[in-house]
Amino acid sequence: MRLKLVPQNTSFDFFSRWKIWLGISGLMMVIAFTSFMLQGLNFGIDFRGGTTIRTQSAQEIDVGAYRDAITPLELGDVTITEIFDPTFGEDENVAMIRIQAQDDAEAVSSATVTAVEEALTVASPDIQFVSVESVGPKVSGELIQTAVIAVALAIGAVLVYIWLRFEWQFALGAVAALVHDVILTIGIFSELQIRFDLAIIAALLTIVGYSLNDTVVVFDRVRENLRKYKKKDLKEVLNISINETLSRTVMTSVTTLLALISLYVLGGDVIRGFVFAMIWGVIVGTYSSVFVASTILLWLGVKRDWSKPSNTAGNQFANIDA
Amino acid sequence: MLQIDSWKRVLIWSVCVIGLLMALPNAFYTRVEQSNDAKAAIELGIDTPEMQAEAAQWPNWLPSSLVNLGLDLRGGAHLLAEVQVGDVYESRMEAMWPEIRDALRDERTTVGTIRRQESAPDEIRVRVSQPEGMTRALEVVRGLARQVQTLTGVGATDIEARAEGDTIVVQLSDAEKLASDDRTVRQSLEIIRRRIDEVGTREPTIQRQGADRILIQVPGIGSAGELKKIIGTTAQLTFNPVVGPANSLDDTVGVGEKVVPSIEEGGRLYVIESNPVVTGEELVDAQPSFDQNGRPAVSFRFNTSGARKFGDYTLENIGAPFAIVLDDEVISAPVIQSHIPGGSGIITGNFTVEESTNLAVLLRAGALPAGLEFLEERTIGPELGQDSIDAGKVATIVAFVAVLVFMALSYGLFGIFANIALILNVGILFGLLSLIGATLTLPGIAGIVLTVGMAVDANVLIFERIREELKSAKGPARAIELGYEKALSAILDANVTTFITAVILFAMGSGPVRGFSITLGLGILTSVFTAIFVTRLMIVTWFERRRPKTIEV
Repeated sequence: MRLKLVPQNTSFDFFSRWKIWLGISGLMMVIAFTSFMLQGLNFGIDFRGGTTIRTQSAQEIDVGAYRDAITPLELGDVTITEIFDPTFGEDENVAMIRIQAQDDAEAVSSATVTAVEEALTVASPDIQFVSVESVGPKVSGELIQTAVIAVALAIGAVLVYIWLRFEWQFALGAVAALVHDVILTIGIFSELQIRFDLAIIAALLTIVGYSLNDTVVVFDRVRENLRKYKKKDLKEVLNISINETLSRTVMTSVTTLLALISLYVLGGDVIRGFVFAMIWGVIVGTYSSVFVASTILLWLGVKRDWSKPSNTAGNQFANIDA
Repeated sequence: MLQIDSWKRVLIWSVCVIGLLMALPNAFYTRVEQSNDAKAAIELGIDTPEMQAEAAQWPNWLPSSLVNLGLDLRGGAHLLAEVQVGDVYESRMEAMWPEIRDALRDERTTVGTIRRQESAPDEIRVRVSQPEGMTRALEVVRGLARQVQTLTGVGATDIEARAEGDTIVVQLSDAEKLASDDRTVRQSLEIIRRRIDEVGTREPTIQRQGADRILIQVPGIGSAGELKKIIGTTAQLTFNPVVGPANSLDDTVGVGEKVVPSIEEGGRLYVIESNPVVTGEELVDAQPSFDQNGRPAVSFRFNTSGARKFGDYTLENIGAPFAIVLDDEVISAPVIQSHIPGGSGIITGNFTVEESTNLAVLLRAGALPAGLEFLEERTIGPELGQDSIDAGKVATIVAFVAVLVFMALSYGLFGIFANIALILNVGILFGLLSLIGATLTLPGIAGIVLTVGMAVDANVLIFERIREELKSAKGPARAIELGYEKALSAILDANVTTFITAVILFAMGSGPVRGFSITLGLGILTSVFTAIFVTRLMIVTWFERRRPKTIEV
């Protein structure tokens, strides 16, 4: 007896309510964007400069006492958060202290860090500083720029690749799905105010890769079926293709999610934000490859007559079966 | 039908075996690491029985490359320094001054008397008393310029002179500045490397980044602060004539003189001549030692030309004080008691033993040509790194088991084939990572876990396709063949797109992110290899043995 998440033969109609699906996606994107505009992202020091200090002590952490110790130093905006994690031992009490970038300092000042460490050692004698990271405002500005370029480049490169391998309608559909995934991911980080640092950019690009993986598999089948069922209309072909690949789509999403969830639960708090972004991306990416990418493809239409030579630039590559 | 040439079979299995062999040392990480360290030490001539024993922990005939652990896993310090390339302009101009002065004095009849004006540090301003002679004066100054070797600037010279009223302004040319910046950064890189090597930590990373930045990563060091003590000091040692005492740092002094404080807090201020008698560049050796009162000191020795200059100066200035200046602070200002001919001496000050040792290291490695400004500094404690490794290990194992069980339940025997391929996949991935000496970071571990989840994708695509082909009632052999054939284009397209993003991440990212992109990218390569070749080989081998009439996928 086999475990089957999806029945052998399915014939769901994915496009009977396509306006609703596009509407939902559109609405979600608007919410994500509004949230981003209104409260912005909770940027980590990678992107806005400053210092984070991770402390650990055997004693219970008294955030108030820490704050009282640091306040006299007049360092501006200081956030202190205690971190709880199932992987911590009994006497592991961990806190994160974030200090804003000090004015007029292009570079980072070790004097600030030393002062904070001394003050905290008075407040809690057994305190250990397990990691101290400082990023100057000069570098953080550049990091934002690089990150934005990286995401844009990835999307652009993919657009070109799919255009060459398929047709421009496919490329647009795939990219629409990618943009949808990226916006929703940034949106949830803004909405939940999860710390957004350099690793999240890596997660974003991985989401781009994963979502694309899914989309390409569906599109590959669409391309095949378009040749197989020359008489059926596009909507029917799309439905057949998605149904045929549905079992694979679900299987892969489940194995990936299994792996990611174990990392989320057991991988420690340092990469939890990163893993969260990827879990969210896998879910959104799976959804978008069916409901966004394919719907856009349906909406744009595809050239059906394969007998005549095409004048689309990419077509000479389109028939190559690797 | 289902046929694979024997040479292909041998090749595929060999790749797997080699991959696993390359990965093997990582399973005995500490042991191999100790053995490698010991072997390196023996090579350097430290050959003790203990070393031999440590080296023997891992046999020579086995591969011994390990995956490097990133700072976030091993603990250590990371610094991003910007070389203040502008600092060099000042000393360059300072060195130009006597030349310009002498050249203009020779033309006294046309340009009249000259006087150096206050100016920005990267230029020299000279006022001439006869502005009519300006053309000639400029000609003379320009005559001092030397050619600069650059790729683009043919005929570019190192200095530029222009007239502003009755003043000549001399500056370094843009071409020279560019060339000088490059030299400065290279020198700084070299000196930082020497200093870190002197202290002797393992596997430091010292890289140039961009035009004027240097990335320094040292595993195992206690804190970024400690690292900065070693590399952050310019260690510009000079011996300057003392003009007299000063009352405050803002005292007005003559051109070519400056006020410097004493290194002791609340100590005295001195007016010294900017142009040093001898500099640290002419030192050949510096060692920590003790003075006659048993206090820590640093003894040094000059090279021949330094020794001659120092000897001449001390001979001519007996009874006068001179200052030993380190990075614009006076360490001590002794009075010259007698002629010092040998070219060696001792620096005393209020040192601790540690400070004198450090200073000796710095003087031996040479001075940095320019100051460093730190743009980024990170310290990761070894405990945090170990915690991350432990958590990552547990998470990877659980992810692995979950996926294995799930695949076996979904595809039965074929699932088990895919599982064997998955295990081989991670093995080969580690083998590749060790082979290229890649650095494993915490996001890199996440990349491996993600690979575990996504690697089965190619197999899922194939198995689903075989299921479909079986429905159209072809024989099992044909179904398997068609399944592989038809799934291939989807597998390639899907993986090429993911690979593109991995490449972009690698190109744009730094540090941990780059570590992630490496495991992700290599994971794609290995998973495509294992899915297309290894599982296929397993299925075909199984099929040949059993010749089943029907198969269930």
